Amino acid sequence: MTVALSGKEIAPKLEKQFPGSVIESSEDSLLIKPESLLDLASFLKTTAEFNFNYLTTITAVDYRDYFEVVYILTSLEHNHSLKLKARCHDRKNPSLPSVFSLWRAADLQEREIFDLFGIKFDGHPNLKRIVLWEGFPGHPLRKDWQGGD
Amino acid sequence: MAIKTESFVLNFGPQHPSTHGVFRMRMTLNGEVVVDMEPVFGYLHRGIEKVAEERTYKQNIPFTDRLDYLASMSNNLAYCLAVEKLAGIPVPERAEYLRVIIAEMQRIASHLIAVGAFLNDCGAFMTPILYMIREREKILDLFEMVSGQRLTYNFMRFGGVSQDIPEEFMPALEKIIAEMPGFIDEYDRLLAENEILLARAKGVGILPKELAINIGASGPVLRGSGVKWDIRKADPYSIYGRFEFDIPTGTVGDCYDRYRVRVEEMRQSVRIIKQAMEQLPEGEVLTEVPLRLRPPKGEAYGRIEAPKGELGFYLVSDYSPNPYRFHIRAPSFINLTALRDMAIGWKIADAIIAFGSIDICMGEVDR
Repeated sequence: MTVALSGKEIAPKLEKQFPGSVIESSEDSLLIKPESLLDLASFLKTTAEFNFNYLTTITAVDYRDYFEVVYILTSLEHNHSLKLKARCHDRKNPSLPSVFSLWRAADLQEREIFDLFGIKFDGHPNLKRIVLWEGFPGHPLRKDWQGGD
Repeated sequence: MAIKTESFVLNFGPQHPSTHGVFRMRMTLNGEVVVDMEPVFGYLHRGIEKVAEERTYKQNIPFTDRLDYLASMSNNLAYCLAVEKLAGIPVPERAEYLRVIIAEMQRIASHLIAVGAFLNDCGAFMTPILYMIREREKILDLFEMVSGQRLTYNFMRFGGVSQDIPEEFMPALEKIIAEMPGFIDEYDRLLAENEILLARAKGVGILPKELAINIGASGPVLRGSGVKWDIRKADPYSIYGRFEFDIPTGTVGDCYDRYRVRVEEMRQSVRIIKQAMEQLPEGEVLTEVPLRLRPPKGEAYGRIEAPKGELGFYLVSDYSPNPYRFHIRAPSFINLTALRDMAIGWKIADAIIAFGSIDICMGEVDR
Protein backbone atom coordinates (compact mmCIF):
# COMPACT_ATOMS: atom_id res chain seq x y z
CA MET A 1 0.00 0.00 0.00
CA THR A 2 1.11 3.52 -0.73
CA VAL A 3 1.52 5.15 2.68
CA ALA A 4 0.01 8.61 2.83
CA LEU A 5 2.50 10.49 5.02
CA SER A 6 0.99 12.47 7.83
CA GLY A 7 1.36 16.21 7.41
CA LYS A 8 1.61 16.57 11.19
CA GLU A 9 4.69 14.35 11.35
CA ILE A 10 6.50 15.99 8.48
CA ALA A 11 5.75 19.59 9.42
CA PRO A 12 8.38 19.82 12.24
CA LYS A 13 11.10 18.49 9.93
CA LEU A 14 10.27 21.06 7.29
CA GLU A 15 9.92 23.84 9.85
CA LYS A 16 13.42 23.04 11.11
CA GLN A 17 14.83 23.38 7.60
CA PHE A 18 12.70 26.32 6.46
CA PRO A 19 11.28 28.21 9.48
CA GLY A 20 7.84 29.68 8.91
CA SER A 21 7.16 27.75 5.72
CA VAL A 22 4.29 25.60 6.99
CA ILE A 23 1.02 27.39 7.69
CA GLU A 24 -1.08 24.44 8.75
CA SER A 25 -0.62 20.70 8.95
CA SER A 26 -3.30 18.04 9.13
CA GLU A 27 -3.32 14.25 9.05
CA ASP A 28 -3.44 14.05 5.28
CA SER A 29 -1.99 17.29 3.99
CA LEU A 30 0.36 20.22 4.47
CA LEU A 31 -0.59 23.80 3.77
CA ILE A 32 2.50 25.79 2.93
CA LYS A 33 3.45 29.38 2.13
CA PRO A 34 3.57 30.06 -1.62
CA GLU A 35 6.99 31.75 -1.28
CA SER A 36 8.58 28.64 0.16
CA LEU A 37 6.89 26.23 -2.26
CA LEU A 38 9.89 25.78 -4.51
CA ASP A 39 12.40 25.35 -1.68
CA LEU A 40 10.19 22.88 0.12
CA ALA A 41 9.40 20.91 -3.00
CA SER A 42 13.04 20.73 -3.94
CA PHE A 43 13.91 19.58 -0.40
CA LEU A 44 11.19 16.92 -0.50
CA LYS A 45 12.37 15.71 -3.87
CA THR A 46 16.08 15.50 -3.15
CA THR A 47 16.19 14.34 0.48
CA ALA A 48 16.76 10.59 0.61
CA GLU A 49 14.26 10.16 3.43
CA PHE A 50 11.39 11.50 1.30
CA ASN A 51 12.62 11.09 -2.26
CA PHE A 52 9.47 12.39 -3.91
CA ASN A 53 10.62 11.76 -7.45
CA TYR A 54 7.15 11.50 -8.95
CA LEU A 55 4.56 14.25 -9.19
CA THR A 56 1.27 12.39 -9.43
CA THR A 57 -1.04 15.30 -10.06
CA ILE A 58 -1.55 19.02 -9.65
CA THR A 59 -4.98 20.52 -9.45
CA ALA A 60 -6.66 23.65 -8.21
CA VAL A 61 -9.88 24.35 -6.34
CA ASP A 62 -11.69 27.68 -6.23
CA TYR A 63 -12.92 28.28 -2.67
CA ARG A 64 -14.24 31.75 -3.60
CA ASP A 65 -12.06 33.48 -0.97
CA TYR A 66 -8.91 31.93 -2.32
CA PHE A 67 -7.59 29.40 -4.81
CA GLU A 68 -6.05 26.26 -3.44
CA VAL A 69 -3.51 24.43 -5.57
CA VAL A 70 -3.01 20.80 -4.59
CA TYR A 71 0.14 18.83 -5.35
CA ILE A 72 0.13 15.09 -4.80
CA LEU A 73 3.71 13.85 -4.57
CA THR A 74 4.72 10.21 -4.65
CA SER A 75 7.97 8.41 -4.06
CA LEU A 76 8.17 5.37 -6.31
CA GLU A 77 11.07 4.06 -4.23
CA HIS A 78 9.56 4.33 -0.74
CA ASN A 79 5.99 3.97 -2.00
CA HIS A 80 4.66 6.85 0.06
CA SER A 81 2.78 10.00 -0.89
CA LEU A 82 2.13 13.49 0.40
CA LYS A 83 -0.46 16.10 -0.36
CA LEU A 84 0.90 19.64 -0.47
CA LYS A 85 -1.37 22.66 -0.67
CA ALA A 86 -0.70 26.29 -1.40
CA ARG A 87 -3.20 29.14 -1.48
CA CYS A 88 -3.51 32.29 -3.58
CA HIS A 89 -5.66 34.97 -2.01
CA ASP A 90 -5.33 37.54 -4.75
CA ARG A 91 -8.21 36.81 -7.14
CA LYS A 92 -7.22 39.51 -9.62
CA ASN A 93 -3.72 38.30 -10.19
CA PRO A 94 -3.16 34.90 -8.59
CA SER A 95 0.28 33.42 -9.00
CA LEU A 96 2.49 30.67 -7.64
CA PRO A 97 6.03 29.54 -8.42
CA SER A 98 6.16 26.83 -11.06
CA VAL A 99 7.55 23.43 -10.13
CA PHE A 100 8.44 22.73 -13.75
CA SER A 101 12.15 22.84 -12.95
CA LEU A 102 11.73 19.96 -10.49
CA TRP A 103 9.13 17.81 -12.20
CA ARG A 104 8.40 18.21 -15.86
CA ALA A 105 5.09 16.51 -15.13
CA ALA A 106 3.98 20.03 -14.24
CA ASP A 107 4.35 21.18 -17.85
CA LEU A 108 0.89 20.44 -19.23
CA GLN A 109 -0.88 20.40 -15.86
CA GLU A 110 0.18 23.90 -14.86
CA ARG A 111 -0.82 25.13 -18.29
CA GLU A 112 -4.23 23.56 -17.79
CA ILE A 113 -4.70 25.28 -14.42
CA PHE A 114 -3.57 28.56 -15.97
CA ASP A 115 -6.11 28.07 -18.73
CA LEU A 116 -9.09 27.09 -16.59
CA PHE A 117 -8.41 29.00 -13.35
CA GLY A 118 -6.15 31.82 -14.51
CA ILE A 119 -3.47 31.10 -11.94
CA LYS A 120 -0.04 32.15 -13.20
CA PHE A 121 2.91 29.88 -12.59
CA ASP A 122 6.06 31.98 -12.46
CA GLY A 123 8.97 30.28 -14.12
CA HIS A 124 6.96 28.05 -16.43
CA PRO A 125 8.72 28.24 -19.81
CA ASN A 126 5.63 28.01 -22.00
CA LEU A 127 2.66 29.24 -20.01
CA LYS A 128 -0.25 29.64 -22.40
CA ARG A 129 -3.73 28.29 -22.86
CA ILE A 130 -3.95 24.60 -23.54
CA VAL A 131 -7.51 23.36 -24.06
CA LEU A 132 -9.23 26.66 -24.81
CA TRP A 133 -8.26 29.09 -27.52
CA GLU A 134 -6.45 32.38 -27.08
CA GLY A 135 -9.04 35.07 -26.49
CA PHE A 136 -11.52 32.84 -24.68
CA PRO A 137 -13.40 35.03 -22.19
CA GLY A 138 -12.33 34.32 -18.62
CA HIS A 139 -11.39 31.11 -16.88
CA PRO A 140 -14.33 28.72 -16.76
CA LEU A 141 -13.48 26.64 -13.71
CA ARG A 142 -13.66 29.71 -11.48
CA LYS A 143 -16.85 29.67 -9.47
CA ASP A 144 -17.75 33.24 -10.51
CA TRP A 145 -17.26 32.63 -14.24
CA GLN A 146 -20.19 34.02 -16.22
CA GLY A 147 -19.74 32.83 -19.76
CA GLY A 148 -22.08 29.91 -20.28
CA ASP A 149 -25.46 30.31 -21.85
CA MET B 1 27.86 26.48 -54.14
CA ALA B 2 26.07 25.47 -50.96
CA ILE B 3 22.32 25.23 -51.21
CA LYS B 4 20.54 27.51 -48.77
CA THR B 5 18.29 25.55 -46.40
CA GLU B 6 16.10 26.56 -43.51
CA SER B 7 13.78 24.79 -41.14
CA PHE B 8 10.05 25.17 -41.59
CA VAL B 9 6.88 24.55 -39.62
CA LEU B 10 4.45 21.82 -40.54
CA ASN B 11 1.03 21.45 -39.00
CA PHE B 12 0.42 17.76 -38.66
CA GLY B 13 -3.29 17.26 -38.04
CA PRO B 14 -5.73 18.01 -36.45
CA GLN B 15 -7.58 15.94 -39.04
CA HIS B 16 -5.29 13.06 -39.84
CA PRO B 17 -5.87 9.31 -39.53
CA SER B 18 -2.76 8.69 -37.45
CA THR B 19 -3.52 11.29 -34.80
CA HIS B 20 -6.13 9.00 -33.19
CA GLY B 21 -8.68 11.78 -32.97
CA VAL B 22 -8.40 15.53 -33.39
CA PHE B 23 -4.84 16.26 -32.35
CA ARG B 24 -2.27 18.54 -33.88
CA MET B 25 1.49 18.29 -33.81
CA ARG B 26 3.11 21.56 -34.69
CA MET B 27 6.42 20.31 -36.01
CA THR B 28 9.47 22.32 -36.89
CA LEU B 29 11.29 20.34 -39.53
CA ASN B 30 14.73 20.34 -40.98
CA GLY B 31 14.07 18.46 -44.17
CA GLU B 32 12.32 15.40 -42.85
CA VAL B 33 13.83 15.51 -39.38
CA VAL B 34 11.85 16.86 -36.43
CA VAL B 35 13.82 19.58 -34.65
CA ASP B 36 11.00 20.81 -32.45
CA MET B 37 7.47 19.76 -31.79
CA GLU B 38 4.56 21.09 -29.84
CA PRO B 39 1.39 19.13 -29.20
CA VAL B 40 -1.74 21.23 -29.73
CA PHE B 41 -5.08 19.94 -28.55
CA GLY B 42 -8.38 20.96 -27.01
CA TYR B 43 -10.52 20.36 -30.08
CA LEU B 44 -12.60 17.86 -28.12
CA HIS B 45 -12.72 19.86 -24.90
CA ARG B 46 -16.23 19.60 -23.52
CA GLY B 47 -15.57 21.04 -20.10
CA ILE B 48 -16.57 17.88 -18.30
CA GLU B 49 -14.96 19.13 -15.08
CA LYS B 50 -17.22 22.18 -15.13
CA VAL B 51 -20.34 20.32 -16.24
CA ALA B 52 -19.85 17.82 -13.42
CA GLU B 53 -20.07 20.58 -10.82
CA GLU B 54 -23.69 21.11 -11.78
CA ARG B 55 -24.78 17.46 -11.76
CA THR B 56 -25.33 15.09 -8.87
CA TYR B 57 -22.67 12.53 -8.11
CA LYS B 58 -24.66 9.79 -9.74
CA GLN B 59 -25.46 11.80 -12.86
CA ASN B 60 -21.74 12.12 -13.44
CA ILE B 61 -21.14 8.40 -13.95
CA PRO B 62 -22.15 8.52 -17.65
CA PHE B 63 -19.81 11.48 -18.17
CA THR B 64 -16.88 9.36 -17.08
CA ASP B 65 -17.74 6.90 -19.87
CA ARG B 66 -16.95 9.65 -22.32
CA LEU B 67 -13.41 10.28 -21.14
CA ASP B 68 -11.38 7.35 -22.36
CA TYR B 69 -14.16 5.83 -24.44
CA LEU B 70 -12.02 2.78 -25.25
CA ALA B 71 -11.98 1.89 -21.57
CA SER B 72 -15.26 3.19 -20.18
CA MET B 73 -15.53 0.51 -17.53
CA SER B 74 -12.20 1.56 -16.04
CA ASN B 75 -13.33 5.18 -15.89
CA ASN B 76 -16.55 4.16 -14.14
CA LEU B 77 -14.53 2.19 -11.64
CA ALA B 78 -12.08 5.00 -10.86
CA TYR B 79 -14.88 7.50 -10.29
CA CYS B 80 -16.91 5.12 -8.15
CA LEU B 81 -13.83 4.34 -6.03
CA ALA B 82 -13.24 8.05 -5.45
CA VAL B 83 -16.85 8.65 -4.41
CA GLU B 84 -16.85 5.57 -2.19
CA LYS B 85 -13.70 6.87 -0.52
CA LEU B 86 -15.29 10.29 -0.06
CA ALA B 87 -18.59 9.03 1.33
CA GLY B 88 -17.42 5.80 2.97
CA ILE B 89 -19.66 3.42 1.03
CA PRO B 90 -19.01 -0.32 1.43
CA VAL B 91 -18.97 -2.62 -1.60
CA PRO B 92 -20.34 -6.19 -1.46
CA GLU B 93 -17.85 -8.98 -2.07
CA ARG B 94 -19.48 -10.23 -5.26
CA ALA B 95 -19.49 -6.75 -6.76
CA GLU B 96 -15.77 -6.39 -6.06
CA TYR B 97 -15.08 -9.57 -8.02
CA LEU B 98 -17.33 -8.53 -10.88
CA ARG B 99 -15.56 -5.18 -10.99
CA VAL B 100 -12.16 -6.83 -11.21
CA ILE B 101 -13.28 -9.26 -13.91
CA ILE B 102 -14.81 -6.49 -15.97
CA ALA B 103 -11.98 -4.01 -15.47
CA GLU B 104 -9.46 -6.60 -16.61
CA MET B 105 -11.58 -7.51 -19.63
CA GLN B 106 -11.60 -3.81 -20.39
CA ARG B 107 -7.83 -3.68 -20.13
CA ILE B 108 -7.55 -6.48 -22.70
CA ALA B 109 -10.01 -4.71 -25.01
CA SER B 110 -8.17 -1.39 -24.70
CA HIS B 111 -4.73 -2.95 -25.24
CA LEU B 112 -6.03 -4.80 -28.30
CA ILE B 113 -6.92 -1.48 -29.88
CA ALA B 114 -3.66 0.08 -28.68
CA VAL B 115 -1.57 -2.67 -30.27
CA GLY B 116 -3.66 -2.83 -33.42
CA ALA B 117 -3.67 0.92 -33.97
CA PHE B 118 0.05 1.03 -33.24
CA LEU B 119 0.70 -1.53 -35.98
CA ASN B 120 -1.46 0.58 -38.26
CA ASP B 121 0.83 3.52 -37.56
CA CYS B 122 3.85 1.34 -38.24
CA GLY B 123 2.61 0.63 -41.72
CA ALA B 124 1.15 -2.83 -41.25
CA PHE B 125 -2.06 -1.27 -42.38
CA MET B 126 -5.35 -2.79 -41.23
CA THR B 127 -4.35 -6.47 -41.19
CA PRO B 128 -3.16 -6.75 -37.56
CA ILE B 129 -5.91 -4.53 -36.19
CA LEU B 130 -8.57 -6.75 -37.69
CA TYR B 131 -7.23 -9.69 -35.68
CA MET B 132 -7.44 -7.52 -32.56
CA ILE B 133 -10.92 -6.29 -33.35
CA ARG B 134 -12.06 -9.88 -33.78
CA GLU B 135 -11.33 -10.59 -30.10
CA ARG B 136 -12.44 -7.18 -28.90
CA GLU B 137 -15.89 -7.87 -30.40
CA LYS B 138 -16.29 -10.86 -28.10
CA ILE B 139 -15.40 -8.76 -25.09
CA LEU B 140 -17.87 -6.09 -26.17
CA ASP B 141 -20.51 -8.83 -26.47
CA LEU B 142 -19.90 -9.62 -22.81
CA PHE B 143 -20.21 -5.97 -21.86
CA GLU B 144 -23.42 -5.75 -23.84
CA MET B 145 -24.80 -8.66 -21.81
CA VAL B 146 -24.17 -6.88 -18.51
CA SER B 147 -24.95 -3.30 -19.47
CA GLY B 148 -26.83 -3.27 -22.78
CA GLN B 149 -24.17 -1.05 -24.33
CA ARG B 150 -21.10 -1.64 -26.45
CA LEU B 151 -19.10 1.54 -25.88
CA THR B 152 -20.38 3.71 -23.04
CA TYR B 153 -21.51 1.24 -20.43
CA ASN B 154 -22.53 3.27 -17.38
CA PHE B 155 -22.30 0.00 -15.46
CA MET B 156 -20.61 0.66 -12.12
CA ARG B 157 -22.42 2.33 -9.24
CA PHE B 158 -21.35 3.69 -5.88
CA GLY B 159 -21.40 0.61 -3.70
CA GLY B 160 -21.20 -2.01 -6.44
CA VAL B 161 -22.41 -2.53 -9.97
CA SER B 162 -25.78 -1.64 -11.48
CA GLN B 163 -26.98 -5.22 -11.92
CA ASP B 164 -25.87 -8.79 -11.52
CA ILE B 165 -24.52 -10.66 -14.52
CA PRO B 166 -27.04 -12.61 -16.60
CA GLU B 167 -26.94 -16.42 -16.85
CA GLU B 168 -25.26 -16.51 -20.23
CA PHE B 169 -22.36 -14.33 -19.05
CA MET B 170 -20.20 -16.90 -17.25
CA PRO B 171 -20.21 -19.56 -20.03
CA ALA B 172 -19.28 -16.88 -22.58
CA LEU B 173 -16.56 -15.49 -20.31
CA GLU B 174 -15.14 -18.98 -19.72
CA LYS B 175 -14.99 -19.53 -23.45
CA ILE B 176 -13.12 -16.28 -24.10
CA ILE B 177 -10.71 -16.78 -21.24
CA ALA B 178 -9.95 -20.31 -22.44
CA GLU B 179 -9.28 -19.05 -25.97
CA MET B 180 -7.53 -15.80 -25.20
CA PRO B 181 -4.00 -17.14 -24.44
CA GLY B 182 -4.10 -18.87 -27.83
CA PHE B 183 -5.03 -15.63 -29.52
CA ILE B 184 -2.25 -13.74 -27.77
CA ASP B 185 0.20 -16.44 -28.92
CA GLU B 186 -1.16 -15.94 -32.40
CA TYR B 187 -0.46 -12.19 -32.25
CA ASP B 188 3.04 -12.97 -31.06
CA ARG B 189 3.63 -15.37 -33.93
CA LEU B 190 2.45 -12.76 -36.37
CA LEU B 191 3.99 -9.67 -34.82
CA ALA B 192 6.73 -10.19 -32.24
CA GLU B 193 9.41 -10.88 -34.85
CA ASN B 194 7.61 -9.09 -37.64
CA GLU B 195 10.03 -7.18 -39.86
CA ILE B 196 7.75 -4.15 -40.14
CA LEU B 197 7.43 -3.84 -36.38
CA LEU B 198 11.11 -4.48 -35.61
CA ALA B 199 12.38 -2.09 -38.25
CA ARG B 200 9.98 0.67 -37.33
CA ALA B 201 9.76 0.40 -33.54
CA LYS B 202 13.05 -0.99 -32.17
CA GLY B 203 15.24 1.77 -30.81
CA VAL B 204 12.76 4.46 -31.89
CA GLY B 205 11.26 7.04 -29.55
CA ILE B 206 13.33 6.10 -26.52
CA LEU B 207 12.08 7.42 -23.20
CA PRO B 208 14.80 6.97 -20.56
CA LYS B 209 13.79 5.75 -17.12
CA GLU B 210 14.61 8.97 -15.22
CA LEU B 211 12.77 11.11 -17.72
CA ALA B 212 9.72 8.83 -17.64
CA ILE B 213 9.50 9.30 -13.88
CA ASN B 214 10.15 13.03 -14.09
CA ILE B 215 7.44 13.72 -16.62
CA GLY B 216 4.92 11.77 -14.53
CA ALA B 217 4.35 9.04 -17.10
CA SER B 218 2.24 6.11 -16.00
CA GLY B 219 0.93 2.82 -17.27
CA PRO B 220 2.67 1.00 -20.12
CA VAL B 221 4.66 4.15 -20.98
CA LEU B 222 6.30 4.16 -17.54
CA ARG B 223 6.71 0.39 -17.38
CA GLY B 224 8.08 0.24 -20.91
CA SER B 225 10.94 2.39 -19.63
CA GLY B 226 11.75 -0.21 -17.02
CA VAL B 227 9.99 1.16 -13.94
CA LYS B 228 8.17 -1.56 -12.03
CA TRP B 229 5.22 0.54 -10.94
CA ASP B 230 1.66 -0.65 -11.18
CA ILE B 231 -1.00 0.77 -8.88
CA ARG B 232 -2.68 -2.61 -8.68
CA LYS B 233 0.46 -3.79 -6.84
CA ALA B 234 1.81 -0.58 -5.34
CA ASP B 235 -1.47 0.64 -3.89
CA PRO B 236 -3.97 -2.21 -4.29
CA TYR B 237 -7.52 -0.96 -4.62
CA SER B 238 -10.68 -3.06 -4.68
CA ILE B 239 -9.48 -6.66 -4.09
CA TYR B 240 -6.37 -6.72 -6.27
CA GLY B 241 -4.30 -7.75 -3.26
CA ARG B 242 -5.81 -11.25 -3.51
CA PHE B 243 -4.57 -12.11 -6.97
CA GLU B 244 -1.25 -13.30 -8.27
CA PHE B 245 0.14 -11.57 -11.31
CA ASP B 246 3.39 -10.08 -12.56
CA ILE B 247 4.25 -6.58 -13.72
CA PRO B 248 5.84 -6.77 -17.17
CA THR B 249 8.47 -4.11 -17.82
CA GLY B 250 10.61 -3.05 -20.74
CA THR B 251 14.35 -2.49 -20.77
CA VAL B 252 15.28 0.43 -23.01
CA GLY B 253 11.99 2.31 -23.21
CA ASP B 254 11.58 2.34 -26.97
CA CYS B 255 8.32 1.94 -28.85
CA TYR B 256 8.87 -1.79 -29.13
CA ASP B 257 9.11 -2.12 -25.35
CA ARG B 258 5.82 -0.34 -24.86
CA TYR B 259 4.26 -2.69 -27.39
CA ARG B 260 5.71 -5.74 -25.56
CA VAL B 261 4.47 -4.50 -22.19
CA ARG B 262 0.92 -4.23 -23.53
CA VAL B 263 0.95 -7.74 -24.98
CA GLU B 264 2.31 -9.20 -21.72
CA GLU B 265 -0.25 -7.26 -19.70
CA MET B 266 -3.02 -8.97 -21.63
CA ARG B 267 -1.65 -12.33 -20.48
CA GLN B 268 -1.53 -11.09 -16.88
CA SER B 269 -5.12 -9.85 -17.14
CA VAL B 270 -6.20 -13.31 -18.27
CA ARG B 271 -4.43 -14.71 -15.20
CA ILE B 272 -6.27 -12.32 -12.88
CA ILE B 273 -9.66 -13.05 -14.46
CA LYS B 274 -9.13 -16.80 -14.10
CA GLN B 275 -8.46 -16.44 -10.38
CA ALA B 276 -11.39 -14.08 -9.91
CA MET B 277 -13.75 -16.46 -11.73
CA GLU B 278 -12.75 -19.31 -9.42
CA GLN B 279 -13.30 -17.26 -6.29
CA LEU B 280 -16.46 -15.42 -7.39
CA PRO B 281 -18.90 -15.62 -4.44
CA GLU B 282 -22.70 -15.46 -4.48
CA GLY B 283 -24.55 -12.55 -2.92
CA GLU B 284 -25.58 -8.96 -3.34
CA VAL B 285 -23.99 -6.73 -5.97
CA LEU B 286 -25.08 -3.28 -4.81
CA THR B 287 -25.20 -1.36 -1.55
CA GLU B 288 -28.20 0.96 -1.32
CA VAL B 289 -27.07 4.55 -1.75
CA PRO B 290 -29.36 7.60 -1.75
CA LEU B 291 -30.03 8.94 -5.24
CA ARG B 292 -29.01 12.45 -4.19
CA LEU B 293 -25.91 11.36 -2.39
CA ARG B 294 -24.39 14.01 -0.11
CA PRO B 295 -20.90 12.97 0.92
CA PRO B 296 -19.54 14.61 4.07
CA LYS B 297 -17.44 17.75 3.64
CA GLY B 298 -13.96 16.91 2.50
CA GLU B 299 -11.86 15.73 -0.37
CA ALA B 300 -10.70 12.41 -1.75
CA TYR B 301 -8.38 11.20 -4.46
CA GLY B 302 -9.33 7.79 -5.84
CA ARG B 303 -7.14 6.17 -8.44
CA ILE B 304 -6.81 3.00 -10.44
CA GLU B 305 -4.38 1.50 -12.90
CA ALA B 306 -6.42 2.12 -16.04
CA PRO B 307 -5.24 0.54 -19.31
CA LYS B 308 -3.47 3.78 -20.24
CA GLY B 309 -1.99 4.56 -16.84
CA GLU B 310 -2.93 6.12 -13.54
CA LEU B 311 -6.48 7.40 -13.74
CA GLY B 312 -7.47 9.42 -10.71
CA PHE B 313 -10.43 11.51 -9.62
CA TYR B 314 -9.87 14.32 -7.14
CA LEU B 315 -13.23 15.19 -5.64
CA VAL B 316 -14.12 17.93 -3.21
CA SER B 317 -17.46 17.82 -1.41
CA ASP B 318 -19.17 20.71 0.34
CA TYR B 319 -22.01 18.51 1.61
CA SER B 320 -24.24 19.37 -1.33
CA PRO B 321 -25.55 16.80 -3.82
CA ASN B 322 -23.14 18.06 -6.48
CA PRO B 323 -19.36 17.78 -6.36
CA TYR B 324 -17.72 21.10 -5.52
CA ARG B 325 -14.70 20.17 -7.58
CA PHE B 326 -14.32 17.30 -9.98
CA HIS B 327 -10.79 16.88 -11.25
CA ILE B 328 -9.68 14.11 -13.56
CA ARG B 329 -6.07 13.02 -13.56
CA ALA B 330 -6.06 11.64 -17.07
CA PRO B 331 -3.16 9.34 -17.95
CA SER B 332 -3.20 10.07 -21.70
CA PHE B 333 -2.95 13.79 -21.02
CA ILE B 334 0.09 13.57 -18.78
CA ASN B 335 1.79 10.88 -20.88
CA LEU B 336 1.71 13.34 -23.78
CA THR B 337 4.37 15.39 -21.97
CA ALA B 338 6.85 12.80 -23.22
CA LEU B 339 5.96 13.17 -26.87
CA ARG B 340 8.32 16.04 -27.66
CA ASP B 341 11.31 14.24 -26.17
CA MET B 342 10.44 11.06 -28.00
CA ALA B 343 10.05 12.75 -31.37
CA ILE B 344 12.94 15.22 -31.56
CA GLY B 345 15.74 14.04 -33.79
CA TRP B 346 13.60 11.50 -35.59
CA LYS B 347 11.83 11.70 -38.92
CA ILE B 348 8.15 12.59 -39.22
CA ALA B 349 7.21 8.96 -39.75
CA ASP B 350 8.97 8.01 -36.50
CA ALA B 351 7.26 10.78 -34.58
CA ILE B 352 3.98 9.12 -35.55
CA ILE B 353 5.19 5.78 -34.19
CA ALA B 354 6.24 7.46 -30.94
CA PHE B 355 2.85 9.11 -30.70
CA GLY B 356 1.05 5.83 -31.42
CA SER B 357 3.10 4.00 -28.81
CA ILE B 358 1.89 6.32 -26.04
CA ASP B 359 -1.66 5.11 -26.78
CA ILE B 360 -3.75 8.18 -26.12
CA CYS B 361 -7.46 8.69 -26.30
CA MET B 362 -8.45 12.25 -27.17
CA GLY B 363 -11.64 12.03 -25.11
CA GLU B 364 -9.42 11.78 -22.09
CA VAL B 365 -6.76 14.28 -23.13
CA ASP B 366 -9.22 17.10 -23.77
CA ARG B 367 -11.97 16.11 -21.30
